[in-house]
Parts: sequence; C-alpha cells; structure tokens
Amino acid sequence: MTYLAKSPWIIHYDASSCNGCDIEILACLTPMYDVERFGIINTGNPKHADIFVVTGSVNEQNREVILNIYNQMPDPKVAVAVGICATSGGVFRECYNVAGGIDKLIPVDVYVMGCAARPESIIDGIVTALGILEKKRSEGASAPVVTDHHMNKEHHKHAEGGVQ
Amino acid sequence: MINIVWGIVFVLLAPVIGGLVAGIDRKITARMQGRVGPSILQPFYDVGKLFEKEQAVVNETQIFYAICYFIFMIFTGALFFASGDLLLVVFALTLAQIFLVLGAFSANSPYSYVGAERELLQIMAYEPMVIITAVGMYVATKSFNVGDIATTTVPIVLLLPGIFLGFLYVLTIKLRKSPFDISTSHHAHQEIVKGVTTEFSGPSLGLIEITHWYETIFLLGFVYLFFGFNPLIGVVAVIIVYLLEILIDNTNARVKWQLAVKSSWLIAIIVGVVNLAALYFLAGGVP
Ligand code: SF4
Repeated sequence: MTYLAKSPWIIHYDASSCNGCDIEILACLTPMYDVERFGIINTGNPKHADIFVVTGSVNEQNREVILNIYNQMPDPKVAVAVGICATSGGVFRECYNVAGGIDKLIPVDVYVMGCAARPESIIDGIVTALGILEKKRSEGASAPVVTDHHMNKEHHKHAEGGVQ
Repeated sequence: MINIVWGIVFVLLAPVIGGLVAGIDRKITARMQGRVGPSILQPFYDVGKLFEKEQAVVNETQIFYAICYFIFMIFTGALFFASGDLLLVVFALTLAQIFLVLGAFSANSPYSYVGAERELLQIMAYEPMVIITAVGMYVATKSFNVGDIATTTVPIVLLLPGIFLGFLYVLTIKLRKSPFDISTSHHAHQEIVKGVTTEFSGPSLGLIEITHWYETIFLLGFVYLFFGFNPLIGVVAVIIVYLLEILIDNTNARVKWQLAVKSSWLIAIIVGVVNLAALYFLAGGVP
C-alpha cells in the first residue's frame, strides 16, 4: 500500500511556452476538471513537489532554471513534458534560440502530446506518471543530480535540423 | 488536579480527528468553490506520501526544530486536555511556534526568511488576544485551571461575548486561514512560495502537518471552554465556529501583514479590554 499515487503534488514551470499549454494546465485546476479530487495539488515549491510539469522548450534563458527546479525536488520524482514544444521543440524547433525538447536537459518520463495539450490528455499524462513514480519508489531509485554539459558549448545549443 | 487520562487520549486521538477535520475542511472548501474535492482521507494520504519521500534538508538543525515544534505542540495540547494551567498552556503554545520560526530561520533561504518573519508577526498579532482570553476566563471562573473552566456552571460566553469574538478573530490567524494566512497556508494557496514551510520537505514537512492537526484540535478545545457549562451547546458551537472559519477562508482575499497586526491588536484592545473592564465594574470593583 502506498500513498504516493494518491497524493501527487506537481510543480509547473513555463519554459518558453506560448502560454497555450499553461492555460490548459490551469484549466485542470478549475471546477470543470478539478484535479484536486485525485489529490493533485499545484505547489509553487520544488521541495514539496513530486511531479515536474514543464511546458515549452529549452532555451538559453531557462536551462539553469529547469535544472535547478529538477535538482531541488526530493526523490522519488518524475518529469512530465506537456505539449509538443516540451516534447521536441514543436513549431519553434528551428528557432535560433531553441535547443529542443525538455529531454535535452533532464530525463523526461512522460510526454503529453498536443498543441495545446488538452486538459484530458494532461490528466492522463499525470496519471501515467503516477505509475512511474510508484515504480521508482519501489525500486528505491534516486535520480542523479543533473548537470548541463552543453551549457557553455555554442555548437550544441540548437536542435538537430535547426540553424547551426 | 492533572488528569493524565485525558492528556493521553489527546495525544492518541488528536491526529486522527485533526486529520479528519482537515479532510472535511478541504471537501467543504471544494464544494464551496463548485468542485468535487478530494476524499476526506486526503490529508492522511498526503502525510503518508510525505513520509515516503526523501528527507532533503538544508541542514540537520532544521529537522531538530521541526521535531521540537511537534513535541511542544503535543505538550501544549496534552497539558490543556489534562487540565493544566491555562497560562502555562498559552506560553507553551508560543514556545512551540517559536521552534517553527527557528526552523525556518535556520535554512538560509530568502523565502523561508520572509515566512519566518511573517510568522513572528502573526505570533505578535494573536498573542495579546490569547492572553486576554486566558485572563477573561480567570475573571469569569476565578481559576486558571482548564479542568475547572471546562466544568464550570458559569456561562462564560455570556460573560465574555467581546472576548469570544476577539478570540474568533485571532483563531483565523492560528488556523492559517485567509485573510490571515500570511506566513504559510493550506490547500494549494501560495504566498511567498510556501512561507515558513518552504525549506521543509518529505518527513519533516509531514511532521509539521501532523503538528498542525494537533494544534487545530487544541484550538477547538479552547473554543469549547467558552461553552463549558453545557457540553452539547459546546460541541455544536465548536462545529459552527469551524464552519464559519471555512466560510471566511473562502470568501476573503489575503490581507497585508500590517492590517493583520493592527486589526488584531485593535480588536484585542477594544473588545478584549472593554469586556474585561465591564466585567470588573459589574462585579462591583476589583474582586
Ligand atoms: S505545444 Fe503549442 S500550445 Fe503548447 S506551448 Fe507549444 S506552441 Fe504553445
């Protein structure tokens, strides 16, 4: 019997998202979808969170922030990339400033498709993440502290196919 | 005089009842907002979850302070329910609260600092009213002993209507409800990240949560004291008071700390002191 799956607290970070996905995440908290009935709470504090929900793609401004939030979360933890931007860079993939999806930086456990991702699929993604969270707990796995190897290397900044 | 049995009953049952109260609170809050809301056992799931998480702390002293907060809050409540001295209970409560502030100060983080400072301001805000309440109870019943006050035949609430209202006012601060949830708050509310609890995570946060359940039960016990002359009215009053707090929580926006401190002092001076003075004059001078 575990409590982890009954009380997932999320922290949401907007990494260069167009706000479309963010609004859909907030829609999940409204009376219409009410994710609190599953015990899901949107915390603003990485130290209280179990699930890291990221929207938008990695760029030079938010690399450090994403790493910082992820590394501050206590184990067990999972990362969910919401929206196609967070998954691969999406329509912004080829922008000069975009490095690609969140998995360029941190290990992502669940990808939620859509542009913008629908609240139903976001909830589905979080529920999938719960299974992974539970698995990580039973294995006693602790996520390694993630560091950014590409931080200072100019030629690795962009997604493949992007402007090099 | 000391009634050990009630003290032990408190230590064992308060977390159970306190957790249920928190769960019902969340359910009612959700219904008030037109949501379905979590299960009423949700607070237990949350705390169970927190104990499954990794203990990530800034330094070890933080855990020590969290444990002290826990122990002294239990001490406060147990002393109260074991018919201890009301003044001692009030001071033990402050001591417990101070440990939480120290815990927040011991982590070198700006959010934690701001939360700790706001917690100190809150203590400053509610303390005068709580002490006036204790004094009022003494004037009404000629005893500081909780057992005597709880079993008195004097209808305390009729003698201390002003003090009762003033106590309800600061109860909102103590229960960390809007509009006075300025240092940290419940549910998913955020203020300066998470105030005093920002730097606590995993088991130590769970401990703080359980401590808060103890505190809730202790405070509701305090409300009961006003109605000690009739247990039935007492229990009903306690329930109504808590529902009222939930209503206030959901219909008010958070205020600035200046207003919280000023207004609670003003209330303490106006209703508290006037009530006390009236009681003295009605009793025909100083007893
Ligand atoms: S996936 Fe679409 S809606 Fe979401 S952040 Fe990217 S562009 Fe915006």
